[in-house]
Amino acid sequence: MPEPTVVEVSAAWAPPAALLLLTLAWAGACLDGLLGPAPGQGRVRALRRPLTETARLLRQPRRTLVGADVMLWRIGGAGLVLVALLMVAVVPLGRWTLADLSVGIVWFNALDVVVWALVWLAGWGPNAVHSLVGGYRFLAQALAYELPLMFALTSPAVAAGSLRVADVVAAQHTVWFVVWMPVAFVVYCLAVAGFSVWGPLSPAAGADIAGGVLSEASGPDRLLLLGGRYALLAAGAAFAVPLFLGGGAGPLLPGWAWVLVKTVLLLAALVAVRHRLPTLRPDRFVEVGWMVLLPLVLLQVLFVSVIVVGGS
Amino acid sequence: MLEAIVFWTLGAVAVAAGAAVFKVDSMARATYALAVSFVAVGLALLLVDLHYVGLVTVLMMVMEMAIMAVYMVMFMGMNPALMPMSMVHGRRTALVVSVGTFLLLAAGALLVPWPSRRDAPPVDVTAALGEALMGSKMLVMITVSPVMLATIVAGIVLAAPRTRYDRFGDDLRGHPADDPQPGGVGRR
Repeated sequence: MPEPTVVEVSAAWAPPAALLLLTLAWAGACLDGLLGPAPGQGRVRALRRPLTETARLLRQPRRTLVGADVMLWRIGGAGLVLVALLMVAVVPLGRWTLADLSVGIVWFNALDVVVWALVWLAGWGPNAVHSLVGGYRFLAQALAYELPLMFALTSPAVAAGSLRVADVVAAQHTVWFVVWMPVAFVVYCLAVAGFSVWGPLSPAAGADIAGGVLSEASGPDRLLLLGGRYALLAAGAAFAVPLFLGGGAGPLLPGWAWVLVKTVLLLAALVAVRHRLPTLRPDRFVEVGWMVLLPLVLLQVLFVSVIVVGGS
Repeated sequence: MLEAIVFWTLGAVAVAAGAAVFKVDSMARATYALAVSFVAVGLALLLVDLHYVGLVTVLMMVMEMAIMAVYMVMFMGMNPALMPMSMVHGRRTALVVSVGTFLLLAAGALLVPWPSRRDAPPVDVTAALGEALMGSKMLVMITVSPVMLATIVAGIVLAAPRTRYDRFGDDLRGHPADDPQPGGVGRR
């Protein structure tokens, strides 16, 4: 098989790419509704829920709070969608990519760290207790998933000998990285749930603190926060495809179609995780992150490095 | 032309956000104004094709400021800095020192006879940086790392209110440790 070459398309393709990501996020929200319909709600209504909820939130007046830091609150709320959009800029859709950065993996990493700031700001902004607790929870948990995530991102880069996403795809033309770095893949997926405040890593928006960072958000702000979570999940799933799942490699279908198929499947799995796994208590997860995940993923990097050095 | 516009915009943002640190009245705003300033500097580095250094600057600074905000709110306020408060003290001295430092550094940047480039830049700047750090400067790196790690461990040991005698008993035989907070890996 010839090595797939990646071409940079013009910036005019950015709006369609953004639309594609938002469509994926939408599909994720629909699937979430299907998997866990509210009591007394049929499947059709559950499927329509993202639409009705969007319409409701767009018309809902914003809640005003005493002493809120409105500027920081709005930045925190609006930023998640923006970060997700910037993340997919370096994901090649088959042969095409918006930005063929020489350090695409670092680009992704820098953006997922920006989520730290955004979620904390969304928690700080409203000047409310539960919201603030949510923001602090997120930071504690972020410290525990971020280092494992960094080394999970390092493994494919070490194997490909490059931080360029296109080179990582090209390096998988024989074996997909998920096959021989499964630990890195699982840790990566867990971290995607982490920076999307999702499923097992969603205590920052937990029901035990009345919704945490979401508790005071209303109207368009709430829509951006909820939509941003799905957009981040979709962006994380999309980035896993060139990193671990062979990019556009696959039989019959063209490369771009395979990228979409793999993204949708991983996104569906990530959405489904919320309905299969309990939310992890942040104080428990922090220790697991540092004591279990970090050593495991370090061993994974060592394993990959030994193979790369031995094979060359 | 476009590059010049981007550079001057980023420069203006960096200086303005840096100044905002002292104008705003909340620890959160001050911290994140500083973060914006650092991000502008990191993005300016991308203009000279230092892609890795630029993005890592953004990554590290946003991470540091997110953590620093927590500590600023905890320790820097009169009573945890959840209320609006002034970001300055020792106003006159601080102003003189900071303006003096700025002028000194700016004068240095403008007046030093910078050497002109002799060779073409390496094709892969990131790889060249890695080789420089891990090659000739490796001794410095492997000396600095243990020192930093020892500093962190010492800092935690000094700051932690509970010692091993609290955790394991006077004869250090009380396993598992008696901790006020349960962990996630089986401690009770």
